[in-house]
Parts: sequence; C-alpha cells; structure tokens
Amino acid sequence: MRSRELVHIALFAAITAVLGVVPAVNVGPVPITAQTLGVMLAGSVVGARRGFLSQLLFLVLVAVGLPLLPGGRGGLSVFTGPTAGYLLSWPVAALVIGLITERVWRRYNLGWGVFANVLGGMVVIYAVGIPVSAAVLGASLWTTSVAALIFLPGDLVKAVLAAAVAVQVRRSYPVIEPRDRAVAPR
Amino acid sequence: MTLALYVPRATVVHRAPAGLKLLSLSLTGVLVFAVPTLPVAAGALAAVLAVGLFVAELPPELFGRQARTLLWWLVALLALHLLTTDPETGAVAVLRLLALVLAAAVVTATTRVTEMVAVVEWLCAPLRLVGVRPARVGLVIAMALRFLPVLAERADAIREAQAARGGPVRGLRATVTMVVPLLVSVLRMADTVGEALDARGADDVPAQPSWRRRTGGRLS
Amino acid sequence: MRRRSVAVASDAPVADAARGFELLEVGHSYGNRVVLSDVTLHLTEHRIGVVGGNGSGKSTLARLLNGLVLPSAGRVLVDGLDTRSDGRAVRRRVGFVFQDPDAQIVHPTVAEDVAYGLVNQGVPATERAARVGEVLERYGLAGHADHPAHLLSGGQKQLLAIAGVLVMRPARIVFDEPTTLLDLINTRRIRQVIEALDQQAVVVTHHLDLLDDFDRVLVIDGGRVVADGPPSSSLATYRRLMDDR
Repeated sequence: MRSRELVHIALFAAITAVLGVVPAVNVGPVPITAQTLGVMLAGSVVGARRGFLSQLLFLVLVAVGLPLLPGGRGGLSVFTGPTAGYLLSWPVAALVIGLITERVWRRYNLGWGVFANVLGGMVVIYAVGIPVSAAVLGASLWTTSVAALIFLPGDLVKAVLAAAVAVQVRRSYPVIEPRDRAVAPR
Repeated sequence: MTLALYVPRATVVHRAPAGLKLLSLSLTGVLVFAVPTLPVAAGALAAVLAVGLFVAELPPELFGRQARTLLWWLVALLALHLLTTDPETGAVAVLRLLALVLAAAVVTATTRVTEMVAVVEWLCAPLRLVGVRPARVGLVIAMALRFLPVLAERADAIREAQAARGGPVRGLRATVTMVVPLLVSVLRMADTVGEALDARGADDVPAQPSWRRRTGGRLS
Repeated sequence: MRRRSVAVASDAPVADAARGFELLEVGHSYGNRVVLSDVTLHLTEHRIGVVGGNGSGKSTLARLLNGLVLPSAGRVLVDGLDTRSDGRAVRRRVGFVFQDPDAQIVHPTVAEDVAYGLVNQGVPATERAARVGEVLERYGLAGHADHPAHLLSGGQKQLLAIAGVLVMRPARIVFDEPTTLLDLINTRRIRQVIEALDQQAVVVTHHLDLLDDFDRVLVIDGGRVVADGPPSSSLATYRRLMDDR
C-alpha cells in the first residue's frame, strides 16, 4: 500500500472522530450527530478499501480508550452496550458506499451519492445494528426495529448532505480514480 | 496522551497486562450470555463493581456516568420485559448489560492507550501472512491521533473565515459549507504527508506523486 | 502491497560521496504540461539556493533531487546513484524538508515523531533514544520530548520537522520553502539552522535574504534555468525578471 493511502486511512478515521464533537442538531426529539457523516464521506471520497480501513481504524481508536464518540464516550464499553452493532457496521457501511461510488464514479452525482449513502449508510447500518441491539437487550427484532425508526429522518438528511459534500469534493479534488485509469501503470 | 479515558492509579489491576484484562472481559461476556440466570448476572455485576471500586480504586462517579448513558436503554429494556416476558428475564437482561458495560469501562480506565495499541499491533501480527505490516498499523494509529488536532484547527480556521464573510455558523448547512473546504484542504495536505513519509523511508519504492494529476503540476 | 524486503547495507549500491547532484538533460511534464525542460546541472556547492515564481518548476526540481519525483526525460544522479533505479538509497542520502510542518509531523508526540525515520531504518531502540535526545537538545526541543506536537508553535513545528530529517543523518538536505509559513523571528532561526548544517543544503525559497551568503543561486523560470551564479548576480536577474512582469 502506498504511503498516501495510509495517510487517507488515518485522515478519515480522524474526520469521523472530529465530527463526533460537532454539536448535535435536534430533529424532533432525537439528537442527530454528524458522526455517520464521516462514515459516508469516507466511502464516497476515498473509496471502498480505504473507507473500510479508515472506519475500522476509528473503531480501534475508540476501543483502545479514546473518548471519540458523542458526549465523550469511548473505550470498550461501547462495544458491549446496546448500540455496539451500529458502531461495528460502520466499516462495512463505508465499504458498501465505496464500492457503489467506485462503480458509478464517472457519472457520480447527487442521486448516485444519496443512493449509495442510503444503501450503505442506512440499510447496512440498520441491518447490523438492529439485530445486535435486539440480542444485547434480549428484545424482539420487531420492537428494536420500530425503535430504530427515530433515527430515520436524521439519517436521511445526512445521506443527502454527505452526497452533496462528496459531489463537490469530487469536482475540486477527486481521489477515487476511474477504473480504466486506475489500472494503468504508474 | 491527554485525551483518554485512562484513570491513573497504582493498583494491581492497572499493572495487569492489557491482554489479560481484555481476555477476562471477553470471558465475562461469554459467561453472562451463555448462562442467562439471575445469580450469574447479579454476581457478575457485583464482581465488576468490587474490582472496579475497591481493587482498581476507580472513582464511583465513573460508574455513575456509564450507568447514566445507559439509563434509558435500561428503563426501556425493563419495561419491555415486564410487558412481554417476566420480571426475572428482564432483571437478567438489565444486570448483564450493566455488568458488561461497566467491566469494559474498568478495562479502559485501567489501561493506557499505548498498551492497548501494543495489543492491537500484537493481534495484527498474524495478518503478516496476508501482507499487513503491524508497524504500519501502529503508524496509521499514530497519524490519526496526530491529525485530530490538525483537523480541529483547520475546521476552526475555515469556520472563522466563513463567519467573517457572513456565512452560516451553526447547524447542518454550516457543517456542509465547512466540510467541503476542510476536506479539500486536508486531502491536499495528505499528498504532502505521503511524500514526507516516503522521504523519511516509509516506502521502499519511488512512486510518481499523485499531486501531479490534480494540481496539473502547478507546484513550484 | 509493495515489495516487503527491507534495505540492508550490503545490497545498497555504492555511492561516490564527492559527486553531488547531477541532472542530465532532465525534463518533466505532467500530462501535456511541461514543468521542466532540458535541465543539466551539477550541484556540488555547500549551499545552493533556488528561486523562481509560482509555477516556475522549482518545487518539481527539488522533488527530483531525492526521487520523490522521477524525471520524464533524462536522469538524476545523487553521488552517482540514479533516482530511478536506486530510489531508496537516494532517499537515505537526501533528506527533505517541506513547507508545511503539519504535513511532516506524523506522530502525536515530539520524540516519537523524531524517532520515526530511525524506526524505518531499523536503528536499535537504545541508539534511537540517544540520537533523538541529541537532536532535540540541539534544536531546543528537549523539554518538549513527550509533549503533543500540536502544542508547539509554528516555528517549533518546523524545527521538529527538520530534527526528524537530521536525526537520520542524511548526506545532503533539500529544503522546499521551509520558511514560507513562518514569521520573521522563526525565519531567522531556520536560517541559522541551515547555516550551521555540516551537510550540503539545497534551499528552494521566496525569502531571498536567506540566500545572501550562499555559494550558488539558480533562477528557474518557465521550467528552465535562466540564471546560475553567485547570489548577487542571480538575485539581481531574478528581481529584474519579476519587475518586468
């Protein structure tokens, strides 16, 4: 792996961490933090592989005891709590978003961005987060799914925002390369 | 490392190897889920509190803070079980959740970040077989920690610049108008950091730097 | 994943320390954009300055000198080693200091960052600690060894970046606008640091007074060397060139 790719991995882990301290915005009664914005940006700006590794790195940083989650939470306890599944899904979410983004890179636009973010940043996260939540709480899948609905509006807003950011970044400083150029020898 | 959840004390728990503490934590997790009975769950919680408060000498507030972040989950969980199952199952679910979260908090509060990073590098050693270099894992961890304050500084600078021009300063809109220039600026920096790593011997093979494509060579 | 073999002294090509930098009919372009063309230079002087406007090609020239950039045409030799075929050996001989200190500091604390290059070279821990301590002492950073790098001032950060390069004991050092982001006091400090170096130094800069006592100054314009001589004549040419724009 080239040095610059290592830098991107570290950078996007740090971006997710820094977004944890952006003050939460209330959508209805639910506080929405900007942190999953970092997950979505990682996938859509640096692609599947680096996006995945960057969010994995973020989780490692949290696990080793840094208070990088909203409210200064962190350490191993967040991985034994009811929201562990949501967290653990972040690398996979970035991976899925990255795969979609790389595939449509040449015609990437707001629509594709929102599609990728909803699929990777919401469907994947809920698909892992809800069952883990249900298991940790010993509750039924149905109940936890209904409870998870409160995140839906905020997550939709973030999916659009992240796509808007990714479209602008792609225009001014693209990192992912079109497939045909990526395989050319350097 | 000023930014950490570590609580310095000179106790046997603090001195215990990080790997041993992590192993105990996972065994606790396996135990409370494999044997979902009231004595086991309550016993686990009591043991965690005893070790945390009296052996590791951690402040009670630490446990209070952890419990508070879980409060609504615990209340909802109990209510759910009272409605759908029986009080005992509910109590087991609540107690084991608390026990696990607090046990993890004890490990985090008694283990330095550097020790944990060493465990991570050690755990990565088998990945050598698939081409991962553990030293590079340590490097990306270090770089991420290094970038945190750099990002925060740059974000502040951009926020100030935008506020000075009358832009939004709060809310999601402000986040987007802040994030785009922030990303562009740090991606540009990342190119130089990559070169600096190479210049200090990180990479074996000389590579064409990637800034050529996007700056069109407008470097001088 | 790249080749994972680590350089050992025995397989390193033999360098001829007296030869300095040799650029032989070097050209460089990014796509259609030509940034350097037909540059032939032999750089052996102790202190060499490089000046030029924005976009003149001087940063590319600096990067050619340690193999961060490989020439599109011609060859670059450092003490007889080709940057293309002996890139790693070249980069061990040539240290590189960048403009933005934040982009060069990759570890959260000062001593860890200085040690980084030595870790890459496989220097044993005890020797590493001694060399790091010595360099920190020299640059007045000894009291900051365990401090977070972000708490340093801009000037201290640049000194840290230089310390991280010098600790590796390169034979030659290239500076790419090392003072552009610094105030006057720190610029003076960096100037003193460069003056005190035993090694050969090539300094790309916009701070012309940095070059007053240099042995040789190159003026780059439009990808070509348009003046080459002692500071007095080269800098006069450069000032005229800029005034005519």
